[in-house]
Amino acid sequence: MIQLKEIWKSMGGQEVLRGVNLRLGPAERVVVIGRSGCGKSVMLRVIMGLLQPEAGEVFFEGKKLTGLSEEEWNPYRRKIGMLFQGSALFDSLTVFDNLAFPLREQGEKSDAVLRDKVAEALKIVSLSGTEEKMPAELSGGMKKRAALARAIISRPDIMLYDEPTTGLDPIVADSINRLILHLGKMLGMASIVVTHDMVSARMVGERISYLHEGKIYFEGTPEQVDRCEDPLVRDFVRGHAEGIGITG
Amino acid sequence: MGWAVYLAGKFGAVFTESCRTAGSVFILLGDTLRSMVQYRIRWDQLWEQMYFIGIRSQVVVLTTGAFTGAVFAAQVWFQFKRFGMESAIGPTVSIAMCRELGPVLCCLLLAGRVGAAMAAELSSMKITEQVDALRALGVYPTEYLIVPRFLALVISAPILTGLALVTGIGCGYFVAVKIFGVDGAYYWDNTIKFTDSKDVVIALIKSFIFAVIIAAIACHKGMNCPPGTAGVGKTTTEAVVNASLALLIVNFFLTVLLNALLYSN
Ligand SMILES: Nc1ncnc2c1ncn2[C@@H]1O[C@H](COP(=O)(O)OP(=O)(O)OP(=O)(O)O)[C@@H](O)[C@H]1O
Ligand SMILES: [Mg+2]
Repeated sequence: MIQLKEIWKSMGGQEVLRGVNLRLGPAERVVVIGRSGCGKSVMLRVIMGLLQPEAGEVFFEGKKLTGLSEEEWNPYRRKIGMLFQGSALFDSLTVFDNLAFPLREQGEKSDAVLRDKVAEALKIVSLSGTEEKMPAELSGGMKKRAALARAIISRPDIMLYDEPTTGLDPIVADSINRLILHLGKMLGMASIVVTHDMVSARMVGERISYLHEGKIYFEGTPEQVDRCEDPLVRDFVRGHAEGIGITG
Repeated sequence: MGWAVYLAGKFGAVFTESCRTAGSVFILLGDTLRSMVQYRIRWDQLWEQMYFIGIRSQVVVLTTGAFTGAVFAAQVWFQFKRFGMESAIGPTVSIAMCRELGPVLCCLLLAGRVGAAMAAELSSMKITEQVDALRALGVYPTEYLIVPRFLALVISAPILTGLALVTGIGCGYFVAVKIFGVDGAYYWDNTIKFTDSKDVVIALIKSFIFAVIIAAIACHKGMNCPPGTAGVGKTTTEAVVNASLALLIVNFFLTVLLNALLYSN
C-alpha cells in the first residue's frame, strides 16, 4: 500500500534519512524501532507528506505522491491516520471537537452521529466522559489516547503511530497494543508503528524494521529480531529488556 | 575603504533578506486570496475572529480615538488662538483625524493587539505540531487558519477606524468647545463645511490596506516560526515591529498616491 524508495532527507543541515526503503502491504503491521533521534518521526512525516524528501519517492497504492503540491496531498492524507509523538491536539477545541474534527471535515453534520462516534472512540481508548474537557486539562497519557482516538475515528486505511505507548502505564499500554492489533485484524487497517517499547513491538509487529544511521539496517519477524546476532540490533533489543530506559 | 565595502555588503545582505521576506509575504497573501475564493468560507471561524478582533478591540480603539482627538484639538487651540483662528480648529482636527491620525494610530494599535495575538497563536500551533496535525487531517492551513483571520481583520479595521474617527472628532469638539470655550455652532459648521467625504474615504482605504499588511505579516511570521518556545516570543515581537514599520512606510506612499488619485483635478 505504501512504499518508500530511497528516501533522503536532511533536517537542520544534518542528513537524517539516507536512502530509506520500506514497504507496507495491505493490512500489514510494520514496527519501526531505532535509537532516539535516528529519524523515525521524520520518516513518518515524509510518508504523510508533511516533509518533502530531497531524493526518493513515496508511493501510495501504486501512485507516486512525491512532487504533488500541498493541496494535492490532502485526499491521500485523509486515507492515512497519524498519531503524533506529541499528541498535537488542537488546544483551542474541546476533546469532543477535536475528535469530531476529522468527521466534520469529511462532511458529517448530524450532531447525534458525531456524539455517538466520539463517545465510541473515547470508550475504545478508555477516556469516556472527557468530551467537554480541554486538552490542557488532560494528563500526557490521556492526551496521547485522545489523539489516538482522533486519528482512528474516521477509520483510515492506514495508521501511522508515533510511539503510541510511550508515557502510558503498562495496563493502558497493553490495551493500546490490543487496539492496534484489533484495528489491524478486524478492520484490515495497515499500520506503521514507531516505538522503543520492545514488548509492544513484539506484540503488534508482523515485521520489525530497525532504523539506523538513516537506513533500514535490519528487517525481520519478531522471532528473527530476537535471534539476530548483529550486535547493534541485539544491544537495542536487550538494552530495553535489561531495563535501560529508552524513551522518546 | 574597507569599512565602506563592509557596510555596503551588510546593507546589501539586509536588503536582499528584506526583499525575500517581502516576496514570501506576497506569496502568502496571494495564496490567502486564492483560498478565499476556492474554498467554502468557514463562518464559525470567521465569527470567532470577528468577535475577538472587531468587538474585543473596541475599548482600545475608542480610547485611542478619543484621546488623540482631544489632545490634537488642545494643541491646535494653543497655536491657532494666537492668530485668532479658532474657527479653523474644527476642520483641522477632523481632517487630520480622517487622513492620518485615525487610520494610522488605530491600525498601529491593532498591529499591537491583533497582530501580536495572531502571530503568537499561529506560532504556538506551529511549534506544538498542531499545524501539522491539521495538514495530516487533510485540511489546508491557509484556508482554515489564515483566511478567517485575514477576513476578520480586513473587515473590522475600517469599521473600528470609523468608530475612532467619530469619537476623536467628538472629543475634539468637547475639548475645544466645552473646555476652551470656542463657539460650538461655529466649530461644528466649519467642521462639516471643510471635511470632505473624500477625507473619510481616505481613512477607510488606508485602514483597509493597513489591515491587509498587518494580517499578512503577522500570519506569515506565525506560520514560519522557528521551533522552540523562544521562537514564539521572537516571532510575536517581530510581527508587531515589522507590521508597524511597514504600515508607517506604506502610509507615506499611500498618502501621496491617494492624494494624486482623489485630488487630481
Ligand atoms: N525541525 C527540525 N529541525 C532541525 N532538525 C530536526 C528537526 N526535526 C528533527 N530534527 C533532527 O532530525 C533527527 C531525527 O529526528 P526525529 O524526531 O525523527 O527522531 P526520532 O527517531 O523520532 O527520535 P525519538 O525516538 O526521540 O522520537 C534528530 O537528530 C533531530 O535533531
Ligand atoms: Mg520521534
